[in-house]
Amino acid sequence: MKQIPRRRFDALVIGAGGGGMRAALQLAQAEASVAVVSKVFPTRSHTVAAQGGINAALANVLPDNWHWHMYDTIKGSDYLADQDAVEYMCRAAAHLVYELEHAGVPFSRLDNGKIYQRPFGGQSQSFGGPQAARTCAAADRTGHAILHTLYQQNIRARTHFFDEFFAIDLIKDDEGHILGAVVLEIETGEPLIIEAKTTLLATGGAGRIFRTNTNARINTGDGMGMALRAGIPLQDMEFFQFHPTGIAGKGMLITEGARGEGGYLLNRDGERFMERYAPNAKDLASRDVVSRAIYLEVKEGRGCGPKGDHVLLKLDHLGADVVKKRLPGIRDMALTFLGIDPAEQPIPIYPTAHYTMGGIPTNRFGQVVLPDGDEHEQPIPGLYAVGECACVSVHGANRLGGNSLLDIVVFGRAAGNHIIKYLKRNRYHRRLNPNSVEQALARLARWDRSGGGERVDALRAELQQEMETHCGVFRSAEILDEGVRRIEAIKARLNDVELTDHSKVFNTARIEALELENLVEIALATVYSARARTESRGAHSRVDYTERDDKNWLKHSLYFQQDNRLHYKPVRMQPLSVDSFPPKERVY
Amino acid sequence: MRISIYRYNPETDQAPYMQDYRLDEVSSETMVLELLTRIKAEQDESLSFRRSCGEGVCGSDGMNINGKNRLACITPVGELGESIEIRPLPGMPVIRDLIVDLSQFYHQYRSVKPYLITHDAEPEIERLQSPQERDRLDGLYECILCACCSTSCPSFWWNPDKFRGPAALLQAARFLEDSRDQGTAERLNELDGPYRLYRCHTIMNCTDVCPKHLNPSEAIGKIKKKMLKHII
Repeated sequence: MKQIPRRRFDALVIGAGGGGMRAALQLAQAEASVAVVSKVFPTRSHTVAAQGGINAALANVLPDNWHWHMYDTIKGSDYLADQDAVEYMCRAAAHLVYELEHAGVPFSRLDNGKIYQRPFGGQSQSFGGPQAARTCAAADRTGHAILHTLYQQNIRARTHFFDEFFAIDLIKDDEGHILGAVVLEIETGEPLIIEAKTTLLATGGAGRIFRTNTNARINTGDGMGMALRAGIPLQDMEFFQFHPTGIAGKGMLITEGARGEGGYLLNRDGERFMERYAPNAKDLASRDVVSRAIYLEVKEGRGCGPKGDHVLLKLDHLGADVVKKRLPGIRDMALTFLGIDPAEQPIPIYPTAHYTMGGIPTNRFGQVVLPDGDEHEQPIPGLYAVGECACVSVHGANRLGGNSLLDIVVFGRAAGNHIIKYLKRNRYHRRLNPNSVEQALARLARWDRSGGGERVDALRAELQQEMETHCGVFRSAEILDEGVRRIEAIKARLNDVELTDHSKVFNTARIEALELENLVEIALATVYSARARTESRGAHSRVDYTERDDKNWLKHSLYFQQDNRLHYKPVRMQPLSVDSFPPKERVY
Repeated sequence: MRISIYRYNPETDQAPYMQDYRLDEVSSETMVLELLTRIKAEQDESLSFRRSCGEGVCGSDGMNINGKNRLACITPVGELGESIEIRPLPGMPVIRDLIVDLSQFYHQYRSVKPYLITHDAEPEIERLQSPQERDRLDGLYECILCACCSTSCPSFWWNPDKFRGPAALLQAARFLEDSRDQGTAERLNELDGPYRLYRCHTIMNCTDVCPKHLNPSEAIGKIKKKMLKHII
């Protein structure tokens, strides 16, 4: 094996979004040596783009408690969420938000000085009663405020950052322990081995498998790709959230907070059509419900604009003061990308790919788990995952707005705590496995091949188009069969892709090639899982199986890359301390 | 449309040079980042630049476009006229093409202790802050660390190791203005001296270029006022 520099830490965190940095902070404060590897400077991570807020039943505006939040989350998930994890998250929420406030997050404030909270979709008081106001906000830049604060706290805690290092693959030994990762220093093009007693994947989602999406260009699911290559399955990948309000044709996110502040949707007849689809919650129904409604309005000829291809989000009745004070970020965005001031004119919107509900299977301590028989699970020693790349599962088949920022801080912290315990029991690094390192290096070396093959960019564009066409808001056996065929064909062609740029220094073409490999694997996991699930649940809508089927499908999917095999495991219906919420009809 | 781009690959180039590219069918609403992406995809894979969110919130793609520091993803071609010239952010060492080494910029940011300093015990709930107190953070906390301001500042060009620069000073102001922060004296002591704060000569390039429409110059003025009170 070529001499490659090695660094050693107690804990390795891959990804510097909110989940990774919250975990790193917990570890650094416990005086573990922790390295955070990020392919971008930490504050460029996609948490920065979260707008509307973070859910916690603080009851600052309307009556609230964590149990109602738990009910809403489970109902929102279409009963696919694991109820122990949901209880844990909702109970922890208030404490975690106060902790963020103490750390300096500049939350907006109420007249009494408490944290400002706004209504968001799928929120209720008293288990399905009147609308709740549970989303704690820093204007419409809550993700920015939280990410920067977490980075700042890590500076204070002297966390070791490896900025602009790309993780290639996990290092694994023959007993199945994870020993760290092989990473690539982007600036020099040189590989580096980071050995660690524990490795946490916090690499975010994979919205870039779709053409029109709200995601940053870096959201290529690198951690999920690494997990698949290490023989770890991905859970519930058929559940991909389409956010109702993306800027039409462009995809940029317009926060649900816009409807939380009182905005609503209109079709070409000026009708407030959500009243027909969700008589109670109206525009604040769950995201899957609103996205399907918009899709149907447009399909049935009630779309707006010359092509009838979008609907309108009306905000002008809120008045310029509210728009400027509470929604300054989306106002800027509408002005920049559409030349429209939402304080005066409605915004053309259409559903856009937004959030990966599925991911690397974990328990509520953030440990990555493998199935052990049909009923049990075994943690993989030394491996953790949190946030959008993980599936704990608190979002089930459909995530509620405001629960993703909560997910990352709650489980980032929980994983940090569990790692601290693990480090006490596992005091020494295990022996490095050269074979595993070689495999990772081979993945890198493959891109040194030159020739006139296919281009990264062209194949990625094709992949994204196929996913949009064959794995979108509405699905059927016919469309998904074709989708599987086409994504498999793209995977086969990946072998022929070649780079023309083989330089070492800051070679972004090579990074994009490595990302494309991850995207293709995740797209495959998504279409295979979607094809197998013959029911409609949450974000997974089948026109050929329009009903939820609890008898056969109240279970999580696990997709294995090696033979595209699907395995299933039961939903954890038993919460930690309260009664289970049994599945019932889901109406808003 | 002709686009002239600064190129430098340390592995192969003795010196930097400008390279011209042509693109057809560019509408005036097209953002500069899209031009760069198209060139990289269609013409020249080796062209290197940073980018991520594509909507002006992550701060990755600060660069000098037609003589002014801007974010490529929110700069429409229509604002730029017939020909476009793109260079890396000025004054920083170039790693490759449009990618600069921002180590010094980040060092200055870390030096101002960009985190809340408190001495009192933490309450069980949130610390209270009135909406008026919170309003004082508007225009300060939104910084995305794109470095457009500091790399347009002549004082920062001359003394990037000693002068904190507008971005770091804006952060200092963000915490000095925060009613929850109890580190005023230590923050001001840290900024005292001829360079760290006082190299700002109110040239105001920072405010002129800030893509988030923040006003570092005004923030620095407020720090100077606080400093005066602090010293006397």
